[in-house]
Amino acid sequence: MAVFFQQIINGLSLGSIYALIALGYTMVYGIIQLINFAHGDIMMAGAYIAFFVVVYLKLNIWWAFIISMIGSALLGVIIERVAYKPLRNATRLAPLITAIGMSLFLENGGLMVLGTDIRSYPGGLITNAQLPLTLFGIRLTATTLQLLILAITIVMMIILQYIVHYTRAGKAMRAVSYDADAARLMGINVDNTISLTFALGSAFAAVAGILLGLYYNNIQPLMGIMPGLKAFVAAVIGGIGLIPGAMVGGFALGIFETMVSGYWSSNLRDPIVFLLLILILLVKPAGLLGKNNTEKV
Amino acid sequence: MALLVTRDLTISFGGLAAVANVNLSLETGELVGLIGPNGAGKTTIFNLLTGVYRPSRGEIFFDEQSLVGLKPYQITRKGIARTFQNIRLFNDLSVLDNVRIAYHLHASYGVTSAILRLPSFHHGEAEILAESEKLLQIFKLAPYRNEKARNLPYGEQRRLEIARALAAKPKLLLLDEPAAGMNPQETRELMELINWVRQEFGLTILLIEHDMSLVMGICERIYVLDYGRVIAEGPPEAIRNNERVIEAYLGREVNDNAPQGGES
Amino acid sequence: MIEVRFNKKNLIVLAGVILIYFLVYGLQAVGVISAFQEINLMMLGINIILAVSLNLIVGFTGQLALGHAGFMAVGAYVAAILTTNLNQPFPVALLAGAFSAAVAGIIIGLPTLRLRGDYLAIATLGFGEIIRGAANNINYIGGAAGMIGIPQLTNWTWLYVMMVLTILVITNFINSTHGRACVAIRENEIAAETMGINTTYYKVLAFAMGAFFAGIAGALYAHYFYLIQPNTFTFFRSFDILVMVVFGGLGSITGSIIAAAGITFVNAALQDLAVLRMVIYAVLLIIIMVFRPQGLMGNKEFTLDRWLKKRGAVSGPTGN
Ligand SMILES: Nc1ncnc2c1ncn2[C@@H]1O[C@H](COP(=O)(O)OP(=O)(O)OP(=O)(O)O)[C@@H](O)[C@H]1O
Ligand SMILES: [Mg+2]
Repeated sequence: MAVFFQQIINGLSLGSIYALIALGYTMVYGIIQLINFAHGDIMMAGAYIAFFVVVYLKLNIWWAFIISMIGSALLGVIIERVAYKPLRNATRLAPLITAIGMSLFLENGGLMVLGTDIRSYPGGLITNAQLPLTLFGIRLTATTLQLLILAITIVMMIILQYIVHYTRAGKAMRAVSYDADAARLMGINVDNTISLTFALGSAFAAVAGILLGLYYNNIQPLMGIMPGLKAFVAAVIGGIGLIPGAMVGGFALGIFETMVSGYWSSNLRDPIVFLLLILILLVKPAGLLGKNNTEKV
Repeated sequence: MALLVTRDLTISFGGLAAVANVNLSLETGELVGLIGPNGAGKTTIFNLLTGVYRPSRGEIFFDEQSLVGLKPYQITRKGIARTFQNIRLFNDLSVLDNVRIAYHLHASYGVTSAILRLPSFHHGEAEILAESEKLLQIFKLAPYRNEKARNLPYGEQRRLEIARALAAKPKLLLLDEPAAGMNPQETRELMELINWVRQEFGLTILLIEHDMSLVMGICERIYVLDYGRVIAEGPPEAIRNNERVIEAYLGREVNDNAPQGGES
Repeated sequence: MIEVRFNKKNLIVLAGVILIYFLVYGLQAVGVISAFQEINLMMLGINIILAVSLNLIVGFTGQLALGHAGFMAVGAYVAAILTTNLNQPFPVALLAGAFSAAVAGIIIGLPTLRLRGDYLAIATLGFGEIIRGAANNINYIGGAAGMIGIPQLTNWTWLYVMMVLTILVITNFINSTHGRACVAIRENEIAAETMGINTTYYKVLAFAMGAFFAGIAGALYAHYFYLIQPNTFTFFRSFDILVMVVFGGLGSITGSIIAAAGITFVNAALQDLAVLRMVIYAVLLIIIMVFRPQGLMGNKEFTLDRWLKKRGAVSGPTGN
């Protein structure tokens, strides 16, 4: 039983990070129906920006978060303008392929500029202590870092909910994702709204990237690939395009994964995650929280 | 039993019945009109008949066989072909290929003969080509033979859709506003063509059309749909003078800016 | 009008195909082809098989599949097991590899083809990863270390015959009512279905055929490089093949061939600059998609007629 609860605690940290990345995937998908394959790599860029901020500018971790979020948001917007916007009226295949191209570009560009070495954030950025925890009389451990990850994730989600539901920009985002043409007729600037969505999603990815770097204590140019894919899987499992779906999917996947590695074998973790994805798609093609709509003909 | 019969045909989207308790009956060789205001559920009935949507309730019989639960391609094989209100051609393919694809059903050779280029392949292809060319002639599309479908003028695109539907050699043809966007001259020619095709190919036709005078002119019998229900049925004269029909059309005219269905 | 089967055009092509075979064979016999060149020659053939077969799925049938490396892996492992562990002759291994890959194609195809484009992409990508994950965990086939000591049975003749066969089968398929059914699905799935095309059947068929030839490519690969590892078949390889298909033009077989050749050549030239090479690809991929989304050839084919006509030599009627 102790193992079980310990895995849940570990799963929640990993799940938080997945959820943060998944939010970006899902927002972009919701608004332009595109799998932004480069999203995981934007997360990597975010992790590196923070690294440079703390190592070379010698600023503290909170500044690193802020600067990295701004930098990643810009990167996300540029990517959208360069690689996706020109293809808005092309076949759906076209932007998907440029997304793959963008992803390969960031990964290999990263390898070229940053080198293949694995780096880690300097120690002492945050206090990372073991916290003894007793639950139903079972002794468990959590680290302050794990709590921090969970806390930051929850705060970010509340902020996102606020933006999406209570601000003009958020309403514009929802309008565009519901029907871009109608939104345009209502006087909403669709292009700017899409850019804003990319900016927001990328800023979230930056946070996820930093947390991931802290959690595993290493960053490298290819760090975005697997978590990015997994987060996309999480978004699909929850129901792509749905913000609550990304959260549920992220946490569910994080816990599922740690359970598989904890009870079974970490070698089997990745294939089993993809198997789960395929199974869920077969049973509920629109994801756990999604509704199946009849396509209008 | 009639060629096509529906009983209590019903479908709801999110609790709203788009088509409710519709009973249709078409005899072999008839040309029947299906009219009604915007959003009445006409296209939805076509989607139900062709298996694109599955009814929430009710039955569809074609040639005495039930169609409910069959996939669209299976229904086409039984002898129902259609056109679409919002044209759905194979845009990047040539006009000829659009028609050739529809002959697929009647292709007489398998995958193996195709790969090995057996004689049956060559015969089958020659046959498909000849029949396709014939249809293009009938629909005056021969000059556009090698043109991409997307580059055709609007009226020609509509004609190509009908030609393509006929290539499937249906018994029942469903036409969804085939004259939409055409000028009166083109419309008249098209209607003559439809009538001629019906006799030539021995077809039964169900026609959705907005232009009242047109429907009245060519259909033998008309169903009027409003809010998903059949509110009147009968020969054109009877429909013209039917109180409820007049009300449905006139009463709507005043505030017709309301929802018109999202199609374009 | 019934086509003339052995017309001049076909004969010229046939002559060209035979000529190329003997030319390379001769050069190899005389010893002009270096070991490095031979490796690239093999990669060229394998890449052409992979690109043409993926084009059937993505370019002609319009199904974005990102798991081609997975099918290749199935072919490679099954064939390698047969020759290395079970002492079966190469042709048997080749066929078994191809059929196993086709079965894998059907297994992944049947359930997932109901999924819309993007979902299919991610499901097939996941499928490729499942295969790789499985290979990683099966000790019988070496786990993560892979299989070593596979006999080197792939030679120019096998490669060339398989390549020509792939192109021929897929071209013949495409230019038939069955191929047109696939293209109709790409163009407008709902219209295709209401025209009486069993879309599921043709999608699965396209997957099975594409996977079949990917399996052959995998088997050829395993028996040339005599070493295979799960990491040979990551989704980057699937992307690589996709890049060839997109460069050449979705729906153009000659385009795929030209692109596969070009990319293999660039690969060889930039051998020592693996990372830079990928950056260049990535940039090219984006530029091509943005400025020429139809690829090098669009969905047109490079035909002898057109070529001859351009040069003003022949002005006969074209078949299609
Ligand atoms: N897939 C669907 N999901 C939700 N609602 C639908 C769907 N298909 C049709 N409807 C609704 O059903 C109603 C009937 O639509 P339908 O297209 O059948 O009307 P119509 O009579 O063909 O109108 P028009 O003359 O404008 O073509 C409309 O309110 C439409 O919005
Ligand atoms: Mg309609």
